[in-house]
Amino acid sequence: MAEKLLGSAIRRREDPALITGRAKYTDDLKLPNMAYVAILRSPYAHARITRLDTSKAKALDGVVAVFTAEDVAQSGIPGQVPVGWLLPDMKIPTRPLLAQDRVRYVGEAVAVVVAEDRYTAHDALELIEVEYEPLSAVANPAKAVEEGAPLVHDDAPNNIAFDWEIGDKEATDQAFANAAHTVSLNLVNNRLIPNAVEPRAALADYDPVSGRLTLWMTTQNPHIHRLLMSLASLGLPEHKIRVIAPEVGGGFGSKIHHYPDEAIVSWCAMQLGRPVKWQATRAETYLTDAHGRDHVTTAEMAVDENGKITGLRVHTYANMGAYYSTFAPAVPTYLYGTLLSGEYEIPNIYCRVVGVFTHTTPVDAYRGAGRPEATFVVERLVDLMARKLGMDPAEFRRKNFIPPDKFPYQTPVALQYDSGDYEKPLNKALELVGYEQLRREQEEARKEGRYIGIGLSTYIEACGLAPSSVVGSLGAQAGQWESAIVRVHPTGKVTVYSGSSGHGQGHKTTFAQIVADILGVPYDDIEIIQGDTDEVQYGWGTYGSRSAAVGGSAIAVSAQKVVEKGRKIAAHLLEAAEDDVAFEAGKYYVKGAPDKAVTIQDVALQAYLAHNLPPGIEPALEAAAFYDPSNFTFPFGTHVAVVEVNPESGEVNLLRYVAVDDCGHVINPLIVEGQVHGGIAQGVGQALYEHAVYDEEGNLITGTLMDYAVPKARFLPSFELDRTVTPCPHNPLGVKGIGEAGTIAASAAVVNAVVDALAPFGVEHIDMPVTPEKVWRAIQGAGN
Amino acid sequence: MYPPKFDYYRATSVDEALSLLQQHGDNAKLLAGGHSLIPLMKTRLAQPAVLIDIGRIDALKGIQVDGDTLRIGPLTTHADIAASEDVQGRAAALADAAGVVGDVQVRNRGTIGGNLAHADPASDLPAAVLALGGEIEVRGPNGSRTVAADDFFQGLFTTALGGDEIITAIRIPAGGGKRVSAYVKFPHPASGYAVVGVAAVLELDGQTITSARVAANGAFECAKRLTGAEQALAGATASDEAIAAAAQRAAEGFNADDFMSDIFASSEYRAHLLGVYTRRALQKALERA
Repeated sequence: MAEKLLGSAIRRREDPALITGRAKYTDDLKLPNMAYVAILRSPYAHARITRLDTSKAKALDGVVAVFTAEDVAQSGIPGQVPVGWLLPDMKIPTRPLLAQDRVRYVGEAVAVVVAEDRYTAHDALELIEVEYEPLSAVANPAKAVEEGAPLVHDDAPNNIAFDWEIGDKEATDQAFANAAHTVSLNLVNNRLIPNAVEPRAALADYDPVSGRLTLWMTTQNPHIHRLLMSLASLGLPEHKIRVIAPEVGGGFGSKIHHYPDEAIVSWCAMQLGRPVKWQATRAETYLTDAHGRDHVTTAEMAVDENGKITGLRVHTYANMGAYYSTFAPAVPTYLYGTLLSGEYEIPNIYCRVVGVFTHTTPVDAYRGAGRPEATFVVERLVDLMARKLGMDPAEFRRKNFIPPDKFPYQTPVALQYDSGDYEKPLNKALELVGYEQLRREQEEARKEGRYIGIGLSTYIEACGLAPSSVVGSLGAQAGQWESAIVRVHPTGKVTVYSGSSGHGQGHKTTFAQIVADILGVPYDDIEIIQGDTDEVQYGWGTYGSRSAAVGGSAIAVSAQKVVEKGRKIAAHLLEAAEDDVAFEAGKYYVKGAPDKAVTIQDVALQAYLAHNLPPGIEPALEAAAFYDPSNFTFPFGTHVAVVEVNPESGEVNLLRYVAVDDCGHVINPLIVEGQVHGGIAQGVGQALYEHAVYDEEGNLITGTLMDYAVPKARFLPSFELDRTVTPCPHNPLGVKGIGEAGTIAASAAVVNAVVDALAPFGVEHIDMPVTPEKVWRAIQGAGN
Repeated sequence: MYPPKFDYYRATSVDEALSLLQQHGDNAKLLAGGHSLIPLMKTRLAQPAVLIDIGRIDALKGIQVDGDTLRIGPLTTHADIAASEDVQGRAAALADAAGVVGDVQVRNRGTIGGNLAHADPASDLPAAVLALGGEIEVRGPNGSRTVAADDFFQGLFTTALGGDEIITAIRIPAGGGKRVSAYVKFPHPASGYAVVGVAAVLELDGQTITSARVAANGAFECAKRLTGAEQALAGATASDEAIAAAAQRAAEGFNADDFMSDIFASSEYRAHLLGVYTRRALQKALERA
């Protein structure tokens, strides 16, 4: 009999292969007669290509081919990289596979070399002669909209990609006019580089006889890539393309998107009729993986005389980069503006977001995607207001939380929160961190010239975007349901085909836990198949913390369908009415007579033999589900950061980090805690270390890991975690999603802590990353 | 990540390495631990036609106490230097510095000779060797010579080492009276290199600081002595006040544009940090008294 596995912290079945080096990533794959691709990239942020001569590169021994945009055009393929989310009145510039006559960011692909080995391919890149006529460039979104700024696309005046708003402007303005107190904040949400541990890669193999393309690539959603490759990039019929995600070493969003590079690699394979492989270098990923964040924001909060929030007004310039990445328009709009209510009852909210083209790498979803930016705005304003009112920041939050009896709660910015009890995690986190005691210690330390800060972040997340009809009405060119097939084999072993596509999350473990409990079969009897468009029916993939809530729910529904079909067969075998047959722990029995039972394995065998099936029942034992949720899920929680700031050098030491999250029911606590750990690390990274910096000419000057600081383990304390459980009311597992929560909460908690530490100096805000020099200057400035 | 073609020679002796250097001239680079050169080659920022691997010449490895001198072979790794009781006891600043270079993997491969010859402005070892009054023993086609660390570091990635010369030893004076030293740094959060690193060496007679040598890297185009701080310390009584006075004078004699500046730390901030880290280095050194 199978043990209850949901909620059990079993070790990940993925890890033995990963930690012994046996897992096969794209670059581990080799095919006979395979050639290697290297891509020539623009060294200019903005330039006209006046001459492009590949003859010397072609003449190099070992070079198979050198292609440019002209060759792509001559091949007659659609050759486009489309945008997958449309907003009203947005400008949609064409994004080519290879730059035609103009380059618009450093790193844009200009030509491609195919050679017998990688060294030759890179040697050949140096032999391609390109003459550029450099043009002036702009990298900062607030500067790009100014009159006279260099245009990224001639048909997008003032570089405005879209001008989007949400909420009631008039009512919000009125709330501010009537406010007892207001605070405002100008902030920059710093641009980030994703840094998946495995850089992007693709191996394409085209069979000219069958006309089939097989593409192994680093993807979070192989079916989306197959769709876009077919429709927009290659023009091959969808059924002639197979996209496979081998082991994928993380993504953080960067492997959702459809980039020119993998399409170029596929096209090379089609041209040459031999397999070709491309593996990006780290420097290449820095220039080409869609970056994250990059907002320039003005935000204000209004309260009445009782300290109740009455209004929130936000204006944001959101950097899109030089072209739209796949889901870029959704990130600073529907994943940002809609989250500005946070955990608070705010009657009036208005948010305007201007999407801006700049001569930089495209920006798109990066772990949290819009929600960390929203949380940062709200949580910084909350702290500022609490300080202004002379209230404890925890008390001000409590006063303004949406009370538990108001759920479902309709915010003024479209979302309807399904459930929540925000004081619980707040109280738990404050207790864990020893809040009252800490405040006393802070007071004592200040007398000794030591500056301790305590930062809260009480966050809300919206994940598992749904339902598809709503997402579609907002502009998505994609569905947001998920599929699963649960197939019980004649021997009672089980294979599950999931449309989720894991790349480090541990799906094969958690999904097997779900199925083991529902079917009552041993965990080891269950295999999870994902990440292959030929094997898996369809799937929208893994991002936005949707895999458990949507993909897991699809699996639960299909497993339950299997149980029900099995019940019909079991009833027949037991010569009982279906309604009288109970199912428990893998056994069917007549209610009240558990001794006389047939196992699901017995039923499976009978289902396949089909010698003795009830009338009207088809043979075999499997079921499919295409699960479209009725709403988003809304995880929430409280994070507390404790820092000590050295007032002399500006160094920030993160002393403690407490996180109490509510992600509903937990399938595997080990995996949930791992996700929280990683998420916090990334949020701390944004708060203290990470920043993709462009100079005035549009050069990325943090182009390597020597300049771009990702948080190291030694920078971080041991995290102190706990949770509350408020099950999601609308999905069968009661789960919500935890992949992004840490990142969403952490940057606000850390910056709030630093600003709290510096309160005696009168410091009200420091932009991220809060580097030692910025802290030092803030102290200097405040002292003057 | 894919360097262009180059020829590779493995020298088995210093003589062989010198003759290969003679033969290939400016086209050749010496390869020791490879931790500075290989990344440059992989990004094609350095494209030497010839590599002469000296990494297996055993005569250039190891740490010896030679009378009043600590003699360190140039191929000794950072890890071995950091772990050496002889270095910890006689030249603690150097053990400190070697112990904070990069990470464990870098320290297991990188060598002191390669590090000093590369002369990265933000590298940790130069300030320590300079403050300890080290000497660099080099050999070229015309025989051996000794260069004081004071004369060795000449500028950004520039040293007194000739293109046809090899470092054969690093000598640290370790005799005389009571001497304490330390190295501390402010590491860049990405690279781990020193934004500012300060090495301090104090000669003590009871509570009196008879002489001091203080040097910094990270702050300037190459490691430099902080003579203002040294003067403040000479003859002073070891105390918090003396340390504070020295830290106050850390940037003395330097102009604003002597300080390095980048997006992480401006020259003004580096100048400020120089005082902070001078104080910390002196405190740490005196804790060892």
